[in-house]
Amino acid sequence: MAKLATATRNPALAGHSVGGHGVSLKVLEPASRMSLRARPAAVAALSKALGMTLPDKAKTSSNKSGRTALWLGPDEWLVIDEAGGDPVADCASVKGLHSAVDVSHRNVAIAVTGPNAAATINAGCPQDLSLAVFPVGAASRTVLGKVEMVLLRTGEEAFRVECWRSFSDYVYGFLSEAARDG
Amino acid sequence: MAGSYRISGQGRLTPAKTARFTFDGKAMTGLAGDTVASALLANGVHLVGRSFKYHRPRGILSAGAEEPNALVTVTRDAARKTPNVRATVQELYDGLNVASQNRWPSLSFDVGAVNDLASPFFSAGFYYKTFMWPKAAWKNFYEPNIRAAAGLGVAPDQPDPDHYSARYAHCEVLVLGGGAAGLAAALAAAETGVRVIICDEQAEFGGALRFEKGAVIDGQDGWNWAQATAARLAAMDNVQVLPRTTAFGYYAQNFVGLVERVTDHIARPGRDEPRERLWQVRARRVVIATGAIERHMVFANNDRPGVMLASAARTFLNHYGVVVGKTVGVYTANDSAYAAAIDLKKAGVGVAAIVDLRDNPAGPLVDEARALGIEVNHGRAVTSANGSQRIKSMTVQAKAGGAERTIAVDALLMSAGWTPSVHMFSQSRGKVAFDDATKRFLPGTYAQDCVSVGACNGSDSLEDTVAQSLEAGANAARDAGARPSRGVALKVEASEGWGGGMLGSGPGAGADTKVKAFVDFQNDVTAKDIRQAVKEGMRSIEHVKRFTTNGMATDQGKTSNMHGLAIAAEALDKDIPQVGLTTFRAPYTPVTFGAIVNHARHGLFDPTRKTATHAWAEAHGAVFEDVGQWKRAWYFPRAGEDMHAAVDRECVTVRKAAGLFDASTLGKIEVVGPDAAKFMELLYTNPWEKLEVGRCRYGIMLREDGFIYDDGVVGRLAQDRFHVTTTTGGAARVMHHMEDYLQTEFPNLDVWLTSVSEQWAVIAVQGPNSRDIIAPLVEGIDMSDAAMPHMSVREGKICGVPTRLFRMSFTGDRGFEVNVPADYGRAVWEALWAEGQKHGACAYGTEAMHVLRAEKGYIIVGQDTDGTVTPNDAGLDWAVGKKKTDFVGIRGLMRPDLVAKGRRQLVGLKTRDPRTVLEEGAQIVENPKQAIPMKMIGHVTSSYWSANCDRSIAMGVVAGGRDRIGETLYVPMPDGVIEVEVTGTVFFDEKGDRLNG
Amino acid sequence: MLLIHCPYCEEERPELEFRAAGEAHIARSTNIAAESDEDFEKFFFIRSNPKGVIFERWRHIHGCARFFNAARDTITDRFLLTYKAGEPKPDVSTLSSEGGPAAWANRPPDQLNEKPKAKRSTKGEA
Repeated sequence: MAKLATATRNPALAGHSVGGHGVSLKVLEPASRMSLRARPAAVAALSKALGMTLPDKAKTSSNKSGRTALWLGPDEWLVIDEAGGDPVADCASVKGLHSAVDVSHRNVAIAVTGPNAAATINAGCPQDLSLAVFPVGAASRTVLGKVEMVLLRTGEEAFRVECWRSFSDYVYGFLSEAARDG
Repeated sequence: MAGSYRISGQGRLTPAKTARFTFDGKAMTGLAGDTVASALLANGVHLVGRSFKYHRPRGILSAGAEEPNALVTVTRDAARKTPNVRATVQELYDGLNVASQNRWPSLSFDVGAVNDLASPFFSAGFYYKTFMWPKAAWKNFYEPNIRAAAGLGVAPDQPDPDHYSARYAHCEVLVLGGGAAGLAAALAAAETGVRVIICDEQAEFGGALRFEKGAVIDGQDGWNWAQATAARLAAMDNVQVLPRTTAFGYYAQNFVGLVERVTDHIARPGRDEPRERLWQVRARRVVIATGAIERHMVFANNDRPGVMLASAARTFLNHYGVVVGKTVGVYTANDSAYAAAIDLKKAGVGVAAIVDLRDNPAGPLVDEARALGIEVNHGRAVTSANGSQRIKSMTVQAKAGGAERTIAVDALLMSAGWTPSVHMFSQSRGKVAFDDATKRFLPGTYAQDCVSVGACNGSDSLEDTVAQSLEAGANAARDAGARPSRGVALKVEASEGWGGGMLGSGPGAGADTKVKAFVDFQNDVTAKDIRQAVKEGMRSIEHVKRFTTNGMATDQGKTSNMHGLAIAAEALDKDIPQVGLTTFRAPYTPVTFGAIVNHARHGLFDPTRKTATHAWAEAHGAVFEDVGQWKRAWYFPRAGEDMHAAVDRECVTVRKAAGLFDASTLGKIEVVGPDAAKFMELLYTNPWEKLEVGRCRYGIMLREDGFIYDDGVVGRLAQDRFHVTTTTGGAARVMHHMEDYLQTEFPNLDVWLTSVSEQWAVIAVQGPNSRDIIAPLVEGIDMSDAAMPHMSVREGKICGVPTRLFRMSFTGDRGFEVNVPADYGRAVWEALWAEGQKHGACAYGTEAMHVLRAEKGYIIVGQDTDGTVTPNDAGLDWAVGKKKTDFVGIRGLMRPDLVAKGRRQLVGLKTRDPRTVLEEGAQIVENPKQAIPMKMIGHVTSSYWSANCDRSIAMGVVAGGRDRIGETLYVPMPDGVIEVEVTGTVFFDEKGDRLNG
Repeated sequence: MLLIHCPYCEEERPELEFRAAGEAHIARSTNIAAESDEDFEKFFFIRSNPKGVIFERWRHIHGCARFFNAARDTITDRFLLTYKAGEPKPDVSTLSSEGGPAAWANRPPDQLNEKPKAKRSTKGEA
């Protein structure tokens, strides 16, 4: 049998970017993602396996070597690996009670950067995105317009918006429209 | 000069900055900074529109947002027509195109004005009483004709080409209103460093300082101080200054809606500029500094063009440099009108007389007026304004009656005092209290974290206003968490103080008269109408309001409410607080649909969800259907094919060879943890503990009431891991339902749920050749029947990428569902397509999928079930674990009605004529000859033409249906009765051999 | 739009992130299959629908995704308390539905026109 050609990857909105008034949007490269759920007793072992500390406070994240863990709920994290790692594999040997599910293809990420980044997101996100309330590193599942998103502040003027794949047209369209009004 | 009524040396506009505009097609010139109202007045135009009901000529009453009369249509182009724009709010720009409304054929000659002559017939409650019979005529005749004759401007007939934006904002202190009070409060709050937002509906900040000439604050003229302060605030990082922004709604927990008019004042707006921006502000504290609104006097013909509020005339003079007449009269019960008379007199306008209803007006303003040689009449009233399209004279009479005197005037300024603007306070659910001494409602009991300051709080002096606003601003900031600061001090060095005021109708417009003394200009409500409402039995102001429509126009009765209330109270012989004040509701002033809808238009109205293969399907000619938010390929017509032909071909091809179908929209939930099987046992009717790893089962989920909620195939990937599928429409609610039970009823189970609906693209390959198509692309999975029987799942690789390969069938033929990570969906589909071409496969859409499953009697939840169908009703009792002691719905299934005989059960229906296709939803009866209404014993749930069966097939729910198999029933339709035979639900391959075929 | 304090996120979040989920503290029997018709009726159909304090379930569905309980006044819409799922039902008498900090600006009607002094109550500071 002839060697099979490996399927090519077609990420949603690949390469899209747009500039607005004091803000730019950029669809980010694919990343490895894991939805991690765990009992408290397993958190230390999972942190060790992942090579980073899983955050234990609401609306926070931790970041190490291209891997970010976002607190989404009291027993729930979204782990994003942009360095080519496989967090699900890293957790495979952990014995403590947990659930590690690969959701790499479930989400699309959009970087929103610039002095008007927060205002652009606030066109559809009802949370207070001031630095005092939503500081760098803050992370939260919330809403944008009519859909759900996960929001991570990566810098004073930089956010990462994660949404489900089929909502990415809407989210990118919404942010593009909002970006006109800087 | 831009307009002959513009006075050199008056006002704050720059004479050189002219702007051309048209009014009803006539070219005119105004100045930058004008409103339409001031520009019209500068050109000597007072007649601006016709009234709502009587079509009476109307002019300009006010100089602000409270305007009830001067409503115009502004047209930018064919699609940009805005009706009912207040001329006192719309700013002038070069090229502005304004038209009057509610007149035909022209403003000065209006056919509808015959309503004015017929007005005895148009009194309060007229419509309710007159157009009652016959009932149907209301909808077909009366209402359309009344609406055509009455009404305001005409709505635009083209889609709105502008765009509107929105923003959520948060601050510690939100200040509503940018007059002296608001500016002082904002300054005090901002100085502490907390986030402050201050908004004002005008283009410039300053509020009443716009006309109040006598104010000096911190050594500056009041207006100049306001501009400097606004600029100072705007320069602070922690302050957002929003001019042209109206706070229209005050909602729960200090959530306040603001609309910012971004481009309505600009001749050529930038392409990216939104027309309006909706601000949804959440504030820790709100300072309400909304000022007060001057009331008119209620007397005969007080609506004649040229009759206006004294403060408005003063604003037109002091701000816009426009005089409202050459010889003006003044009718007042309040000191502030004197200030207007004095300013006009000093500007060279003749002031014929001040008529003061009070017996002994006194004070510095009265003295000054007299010193300027103005005739001051006290204890007298203006009993009528004379003239039609413009006031010509006023009739003056002593309060007690007696001789009338007619004084020629071309404008009449009036003031019945000031009404504190408690709208926002009232919207915040605060309770107003009546202050009997000053006869006004003021903020009483607060319901939210806000405070009122200045004139809206009953403050009558600038000193008090500034002092309380500074304190309130500082307090608000402190309460919102500000650190202590040095504070702000402001010195009010000069100000104006006014007293007086009256409520209700004046002399000559009393109960014994029939004159038209308007209370509510916009809705044409007179003092007489209100008295009539009382006479006809209305006792509460809420009833009076609805019977007369007083205060129900778009101006929300800003000038009329208090007069209406006082007249009703007098007629009822009650005190004002006993009659009550109507509740103020959002919006304070009209808000465009555009602002409310903002971004949610066109493609952003609702998300459109597409699968990974969407573009391929599009390229291959798919016709799509909406399934919730999803676009799904419906069928793939080839050249010359209609839908029927395409679906027939797809159905036949799948059973003959194979078909590819995108099933990605199915919900998918990964259930992981040592208690996964235990959890599945509780959420589904089926048994799961003994399901082997690598095997699948069709599961049914019930609600607690015992009715089918969802279904889907579940695969066991490991002892502690299930891959659950749900219906497309059920994905989100099934997840919610499962989380609900897990978190709140079974929290001790060690199991977690993760939605993977969008992680996996799902390609169904169905038909006898399906295995041959997939196998060459798969690595690591033995697909032989022995190794991989029907209803099994394997993990491995396809086209080099991970797959969860299910052997399952929703067609009844051998079938597989290939799950691959979504980004690979397109490539794997294309590879399968290429293989499929070697085996005669087609792509098929949702319509063929529906037909194929119906041929096998497989149900679709939500089509063959409707929330009142049990597993037994659907013929799925086999899927309910008989030995189970608990699952969601187990007790509901035992309810007497759910086990009763005669329930509607799902059966097959074959039409006697195999060519006849039943209509889904059609009712089924036993005896077609019975009288109407017939007894309906069931209905058709699914019905198709089946090319594979070469006949029509249908399913339906029928009372006691399974006992009726073989019986003939009837489906009465408009064009005849269709005879059907009750059958089993499987129409094709009853033995099920083809699953391994 | 309400602000709702999520007991898991430990802060107030906009209502858009939440979904109401009916009355709280209605336990599903651990032996539900053996329940009498009357008991099942009470469990499944009967709800208190009070005017005043109601205990209800909410889910921070677009936030931490947790279900939690709340005591809310159906007259004022004010949330009196939110607490985690599984925690005991609080005693209604200990919950004050009286206004919080809003009271600070109140004035009795007879003092409406007195020289302004922003009065402050000591209770209910935010």
